[in-house]
Amino acid sequence: MENIQLILYTVFGVLAIFSAIMMITRRNPIASALWLIFNFFMISGLYFLLRAQFIAIIQILVYAGAIMVLFIFVIMLLKLTDEKKLSEIMTYQKITAILFSILLMALLVFTVYVNFADKYTEISTEAETISKAENLGRELFLKYAFPIEAIGLLLLATIVGAVVLAKKKFE
Amino acid sequence: MIFIFSNMVSLDYFLTLSIILFSIGVIGVLIRRNAIIIFMSIELMLNSVNLSLISFSSFMGDSQGQILVFFVMAVAAAEAAVGLAIIIALFRNKETINIDEINILKW
Repeated sequence: MENIQLILYTVFGVLAIFSAIMMITRRNPIASALWLIFNFFMISGLYFLLRAQFIAIIQILVYAGAIMVLFIFVIMLLKLTDEKKLSEIMTYQKITAILFSILLMALLVFTVYVNFADKYTEISTEAETISKAENLGRELFLKYAFPIEAIGLLLLATIVGAVVLAKKKFE
Repeated sequence: MIFIFSNMVSLDYFLTLSIILFSIGVIGVLIRRNAIIIFMSIELMLNSVNLSLISFSSFMGDSQGQILVFFVMAVAAAEAAVGLAIIIALFRNKETINIDEINILKW
């Protein structure tokens, strides 16, 4: 049983990393967006592996469904004729940036390895009950009622802001 | 790495994957010049943080991590909408989304 989990983790993890690398290296923004959608599906598979089924579905619905459709619409709205001329050459600045990012990754992996190796080796037995929609809904609307209202206000402000920003003329 | 040879999927596996995805997002933000791809890299970084939150939540049996993921998703959706509106407004005014040419706020 644990073996199947390890195999699934490896498949989802390797595909997620691969699609992320493909996403940041494609020239065409549409190809990038499609690789990012693939990456979101793989991360959703990892959520299923972690027994967070409701979040996994929400991930597909909100990220792969709503947000990425918005991205693809905007990419298609912009007339990116000069996209080929966009200078994406390797400079010393970029190579230094990559090196420091890899240094950051090594530092974080080291920290995790020092603090969490051989701790928490199994998924908690309560994981299945806490990630049910029933439990999450109860927590969200009873314990976190005020943050939910604040998020509603934030989304309203976002709608108004997006319409104002994308309007033809400011005046 | 020692933990590759053990047979159990433990918390550090998921945290390591999350860190790798986060670093790829950082690299994407730093090396690309296309504003939309920089934006997508930011979404990738938000997603990797969500992955670490969910893995902590599942391994420790605490639902607060999953609640926080909801709020992160709502804020990410809001950020994507406003950011893309800004990109459209920029493109209308300057006819480019190359961030090297968008420098009127630079001193």
